[in-house]
Amino acid sequence: MVEAANSSVISLQAVNKQYGNETVVCDVNLNIQPGECVVLVGHNGAGKTTLMKLMLGLTRPTSGTVEVLGGNPAFSTAVAQHKTLGYLPESVAFYEAMTGREVLAFYARLKGASDAECEKLLQLVGLGDAAKRRVGTYSKGMRQRLGLAQAMLGDPQLLFLDEPTTGLDPSLRRHFYELIDALHREGATSIISSHALNEVEARADRFIIMKAGVMVACGTLDELYQQVALPIQVQISVAPEAVSSVTERLGSQVNISKVNNHSLTLSCDNKEKMPLIRRITDLGDVVQDMQISPPRLDEVYSYFMNGDQA
Amino acid sequence: MLWNLALKELRDGLRNRWIAAAIIVLGTLALALSLLGSAPTGSVKVSALDISVISLASLSVYLIPLIALMLSFDALVGEFERGTMMLLLTYPVTRWQVIMGKFLGHVLILFIAIFAGYGGALLIMSLLSEGGMDGWQAYAAMMASSMLLGAVFIALGYLVSVLVKERATAAGTAIGLWLVFVVLYDLILFGALLADESQVIGQQLFSMLMLVSPTDTYRILNLSMFDGVSQAAGIAGVASAAGMSSALLLGVMILWMILPLSITLYLFQRREL
Repeated sequence: MVEAANSSVISLQAVNKQYGNETVVCDVNLNIQPGECVVLVGHNGAGKTTLMKLMLGLTRPTSGTVEVLGGNPAFSTAVAQHKTLGYLPESVAFYEAMTGREVLAFYARLKGASDAECEKLLQLVGLGDAAKRRVGTYSKGMRQRLGLAQAMLGDPQLLFLDEPTTGLDPSLRRHFYELIDALHREGATSIISSHALNEVEARADRFIIMKAGVMVACGTLDELYQQVALPIQVQISVAPEAVSSVTERLGSQVNISKVNNHSLTLSCDNKEKMPLIRRITDLGDVVQDMQISPPRLDEVYSYFMNGDQA
Repeated sequence: MLWNLALKELRDGLRNRWIAAAIIVLGTLALALSLLGSAPTGSVKVSALDISVISLASLSVYLIPLIALMLSFDALVGEFERGTMMLLLTYPVTRWQVIMGKFLGHVLILFIAIFAGYGGALLIMSLLSEGGMDGWQAYAAMMASSMLLGAVFIALGYLVSVLVKERATAAGTAIGLWLVFVVLYDLILFGALLADESQVIGQQLFSMLMLVSPTDTYRILNLSMFDGVSQAAGIAGVASAAGMSSALLLGVMILWMILPLSITLYLFQRREL
């Protein structure tokens, strides 16, 4: 992947991070372009949060360089850029004695956002009624919503969201992704870490799979499919009486993974997909229907996690 | 930005009744000590306020460091432990602003408490006693130096807070610090002086050793700054004979504030979250 580093919002070069003898992030190279939505996936402890902290300047790399918005995020000169940055930490913590409204107003003043915006955000995340209650009395979901509200203060151009949808109910989840999409339409860049693969699958421009501090994969969903070379499943429906003849005519070259009385499931590598489809169309009218399903993100994910690369 | 951070601490102090409690404690004790202490003025030509400066200075040496440490020990380690510091530092604030904002806020809390507590007691006393406001300068100086003493121990509390890993350790260390500076150091110093029959510890060394402790510095400063007070305290001329001018004593206290604050800033800058 060749990308111009100077146009990147975030650029990591040969970044290593060690805590004592433990390597948490190992030789990560990454460029994130403006407007991209990048999703970080990986087991707990794979280095996703540390990677975010490095980009936020909360911690410094043991070796390598981190550049965010053209500067080193760990320098105090980077502070001005934090105005356009939103961060939702994993299991977010607040000042318990303050009310929801007070917490948000405190953060808004630091970012130079208005009180009106606070009210708008409180309504948006559904905390309008609970805003005058102490944060100490909030449930996990309410804290997460308050966390979202503070991350969205001041129309951020760069969003870091560490497992943003944990603790949110389904309707709020959808609502949350709508908010993110709206920010994206305005050109915001976001880095999201998530375990909810099916939620982020359709949304991300690019996926980064982390395993024990190593970036084992990075690319669009299509690129990842090609890399893993997982078989594509093709399901064809035929009339019950034709099943055996079709099986015969497809021949021994085709891998038939499942047969029942009206359908056959075939699997093949990505590059053999077109020849297989031609072969199927050659069968003529016997084939009533066909469905092609590419591997899903969770299959790609478990492929990289189990390390059974060919 | 600094002011926003300070304002948050100030609001916290108001919300959890910290300020109110401190005002009541300081005010009541000041008033009680002054009213009880005004009895021995009798024939001696010192004002009631001078006497109360002596008793209040002795009280403040115990109370102000305690209040200041209670206010500050949790300031950093608490936010590290709860995880609020991480989020705060992703906002457009520098790390020195975080420390100085907190410092400003906590010092203001203490200022308000001392001003209202001791100041209120002063007002009541001047109304009750015949001397009125005579000697108010010494009293005002005592209030100001108490604020400085408080600032010193807030800075020391921050140093504890940035050094330790857990809140409980910070609380314990803060209490230890209080014991050392308020009780143990003096005990050891005077114990050494008593045991020192061959007088190895000369006056010079002794006064230097006194300067090592911010609480002793505070005490000497208050008892020696004004003639009326030092006569009543019976230590007239002692400090000046030892070559300790008020400026030097003040300087030492300010150093005691700046030094821990600088080390805290340095450690916090290097800290990874």
